Amino acid sequence: MKILVCISSVPDTTSKISFTDGDTKLNKAGVTYIIGPYDDYALARAVELKEQTGAIITVLNVGGADAEPQIRKALAIGADDAIRVDVEPTDSYFVAEQIAAVAKEGNYDLILMGRETSDYNSGVVHGIVGEMLGIPSFSPVMQLDLNGNEVNMTREIEGGKEKLIASLPLVLGCQEPIAEWKIPNMRGIMTARTKPLKVIPAAGSALTTTEKYSLPAPKGACKMIPAEEAEKLIELLKTEAKVL
Amino acid sequence: MILIFTEIADGAIKKSSLEAIYYGSKVAEMMGTNSTVLAIGNADEAELAKAGNFGATKVLHANDTKLTNPNSMAYASVLAETVKSIGAKVVITAKSSFADAVTARAAGALKAAVVGNVTELPDLSNGFQVKVSIFTGKAFADVNVNGDVKILAIKKNVVAPIESGNSAAVQNISPALADNLFAAKVTETIKATGMISLPEADLVVSGGRGMKGPENWQPLLDLADALGAATACSKPVSDLDWRPHHEHVGQTGVKVSPNLYIACGISGAIQHLAGVNSSKVLVVINKDPEAPFFKAADYGIVGDVFEVLPKLTKAVLANK
Repeated sequence: MKILVCISSVPDTTSKISFTDGDTKLNKAGVTYIIGPYDDYALARAVELKEQTGAIITVLNVGGADAEPQIRKALAIGADDAIRVDVEPTDSYFVAEQIAAVAKEGNYDLILMGRETSDYNSGVVHGIVGEMLGIPSFSPVMQLDLNGNEVNMTREIEGGKEKLIASLPLVLGCQEPIAEWKIPNMRGIMTARTKPLKVIPAAGSALTTTEKYSLPAPKGACKMIPAEEAEKLIELLKTEAKVL
Repeated sequence: MILIFTEIADGAIKKSSLEAIYYGSKVAEMMGTNSTVLAIGNADEAELAKAGNFGATKVLHANDTKLTNPNSMAYASVLAETVKSIGAKVVITAKSSFADAVTARAAGALKAAVVGNVTELPDLSNGFQVKVSIFTGKAFADVNVNGDVKILAIKKNVVAPIESGNSAAVQNISPALADNLFAAKVTETIKATGMISLPEADLVVSGGRGMKGPENWQPLLDLADALGAATACSKPVSDLDWRPHHEHVGQTGVKVSPNLYIACGISGAIQHLAGVNSSKVLVVINKDPEAPFFKAADYGIVGDVFEVLPKLTKAVLANK
């Protein structure tokens, strides 16, 4: 059993976002990078499946060398080895192309990643990878259990959820509560230093380029309504904000 | 040619998909071409013809009985085949997790550039550029989209459709469906009935830990009911199982952009704001005047939610 877990390296969800170089680059000063929150759930579930089945976990990142602390963290949490495709992850198709190339080479039974990255929130990489490999893909998966070659899943749908049965190999986009995030222990951190991390070049070329970034217009002041006159809010929403 | 992928609910085109049709017809106008709608699954022909009201001239309807239950892989195969057969260069969809699953696989088959969370009509003055919302609404990027086929997933409320009163011609199509598209079995579907869909809703009433327990939700439900609003909640509330997970709004939950979002007893952590900051009007009700959510709000009430909510419900009902 071989599991490939794809992780993104993204700014911490509490980060204040700003830009430099005439709004053409993300300002990385003071920004802490983390494993993508959804990818972290995928990794945590993979480690649990490893404990149950003895699976081998390879962690994959498409990104620059500055993502290596996040890759080492994934190794400390329980992945066995790592691959980094040395290129900026510009667009979904391009990233999926890199993942599919690694996946073809490694013959994985299960390819897990987050439902989306928390920077571009597109949520399509898993599906593109599935199509490129000619295997089924599902997202967002909130429960995952293996029974030999058979996979039992719960997927979130609009207004509810559905239970699914499919067979390996599969590509899955994961979200909570598939597993609880794992914190690496000291032994994990020590062994992670010597686990293999292979850096390989990218294939293909990006389909998008970003010209410029911008921030939303600042909000005006909040209009306060005294609690004892709360009903006035409804009037204001009708006549002033015109949303009712 | 522009192709718009639509989602069907209860035999009719979903509201978010009607926005996508309008957006697609505007892009077609800008590019001097036509827009065609793809509808998959069981739908009423008269309902599909309403696509014309939003600017489309033609609807292609694939209603093979195998397609009655939404299956992202089968739908993606139909979408990719349709793109090829009509020679579409741009595909438009309303952003949703189902549409993402469908367009992703179609993109894999077509080698298409996919951009999500598009917030404006494209700028065609120098290539094909779109503005997208990134970092869960904290910023925007102007992205040049290359590639022979481009797929755009638009956010809710990006365009305000003007209805033309026209009707579209509906044509049935019977695309080939390979057996392996149906390899997965759905064994159970658990869906809240009679509820307003959260991602589709224009009005949302949401509760946080300040509601103090699942047994106290009634005043919030009453206001939502009076307004015809969908209900939502913060992450701690869904983590504590006070409310179902599909109601969780925020960075790691549903991202909404309704006309009105009323937050009750939610302090407004940055991760929650990320899921709601593209709402047109934000109302915050919280007993703590220092709650960070007030800084992001348009209207605020400092007070006890259990006293304020019934007053609001009463005012809504009195105004009806």
